[in-house]
Amino acid sequence: MRTDYYILQDGTLKRKENTVYFVNKDEKRVLPINKIYSIYAYGRLSLSSGVVSYLAKNGIPIHFFNYYGFYEGSMYPRETLISGDLVIKQASHYLDTEKRMFLAGKFIEGACGNILKNLRYYSRSKDGLQDSLDEHINSIESEFTRLPNADSISSMMNVEGRIRNIYYSALDEIFPEDYRIITRTRRPPSNKMNTLISFGNSLMYTTVLSEIYNTQLNPTISYLHEPFERRFSLALDVSEIFKPIIIDRIILKLVNKNMLDDSCFMGEIGDMLLSEKGKKVFLQEYNAKLSTTIKHKGLKRNVSYKRLIRLELYKLSKHVLDDEAYKPLVMWW
Amino acid sequence: MGSNCLSTSKDIPTALTPYVKITGVKINYYHICHTKLWLFSHNIVLEREDENVNIGKLLHEDRYSKNKKDITIDNTISIDFVKKRNDIIELHDIKKTKKMEDAHLRQMLYYIYYLKQRGIDAQGVMNYPLLNQTKEIVLTEDDEKKIENDIEHIEEIVTGRMPHPKRLRICSKCAYFEFCFCGEVDDD
Ligand code: SF4
Repeated sequence: MRTDYYILQDGTLKRKENTVYFVNKDEKRVLPINKIYSIYAYGRLSLSSGVVSYLAKNGIPIHFFNYYGFYEGSMYPRETLISGDLVIKQASHYLDTEKRMFLAGKFIEGACGNILKNLRYYSRSKDGLQDSLDEHINSIESEFTRLPNADSISSMMNVEGRIRNIYYSALDEIFPEDYRIITRTRRPPSNKMNTLISFGNSLMYTTVLSEIYNTQLNPTISYLHEPFERRFSLALDVSEIFKPIIIDRIILKLVNKNMLDDSCFMGEIGDMLLSEKGKKVFLQEYNAKLSTTIKHKGLKRNVSYKRLIRLELYKLSKHVLDDEAYKPLVMWW
Repeated sequence: MGSNCLSTSKDIPTALTPYVKITGVKINYYHICHTKLWLFSHNIVLEREDENVNIGKLLHEDRYSKNKKDITIDNTISIDFVKKRNDIIELHDIKKTKKMEDAHLRQMLYYIYYLKQRGIDAQGVMNYPLLNQTKEIVLTEDDEKKIENDIEHIEEIVTGRMPHPKRLRICSKCAYFEFCFCGEVDDD
């Protein structure tokens, strides 16, 4: 089994013969080449020239984040699993407006379904919050019913945006005072919660991207997001489904179980960041979450959360190949 | 016999070069599962992580290292090694088990057929080292007719729409298993 490597410190990746090392002033760590699935670089990482081609040759993507934990870019190795036929069909679903809107709607449906799952869970388990959460749940549901009337991708996006706003204000009911989202801001994140969400979402994006690399899908052809929005916009589409399942649940756990203290953050309101410790705590939970398994109904096997991402991409492939209409993953557990 | 690639005459008559390139693997998959045939023919391969393939490779290198050649002809035929006996070419294939025997035999018969069309007489030998068995294969007229039928049918499948996966006993060991059954079906 290949695993993900998270590198938080500054240092250099080097190749010596057939081994990859991470080296800095404090340590020298071996990364066995056939054990690496992807590398997440959070520190300032320099790469010796030999190591770049070596990793690329072995099909290992590296995702780079800056000091603040923002995504900067990926080294995405040359595609080796290409099916010309699938790419053409993938593109044809983008070019045909009706087909594109179908898929865009499915991503929103999945995201919304998982958001509702989260809220329903808290509505059941949090005493005293039930009424207010149920109210939010109702307004999300009624917002969602407007989706079929949307006549363009941008009006679909608006529906999604409104659902997300209601969702965040519902989460504010659950979170303790100093973790309120209030207004979701992006760069720079203004408070603790926004910091956590930004950090988690870019992590999610890159994990999905690594999975796409291992399929025949082309990461630049997307449906809900515009292909020019980001280089690998398909990862944005698919992330929508997994953010509530993985990222939001991690954040809720970290906050509810008091797993974050002040040393996990740096800076001040308006310019708040995760410290190295904060990143570590988050990444640990993330890794644990990705390897958690559940029983899959179609496969009748246990699959990890990470594998669910791959399966989602297979479902999408089968949709564009006209085998089975895409149904987004909504937590059944 | 130094080269790993025997090349036969370049331009083969059109009747023999169907629209879809028919490789031995496609013949094999045709007899196993049409979905598999289709996916493979459309370059949808998920092989980066398939353990089974590696076990096969190991087995190979171990038992037959002396003869091991991995011969490829016209990018169509791919066999483990070739021997010459009494002026007849013997195509050898090594298999772990007899589980997919029929499909493997059809694949071998196709190789013999393919070479025959190009004026080369050959026979086949299936080797089952783990069972300590071998099996000789000769091409009959009846076989030839069946092969021609298969080719036609393969073309239809490959140029058509992806055949919807149907659960078979072999599915759980197939590299496409997750691809085929990734949809969540409700149990009740
Ligand atoms: S999993 Fe089953 S249905 Fe799918 S390709 Fe393999 S054998 Fe065919």
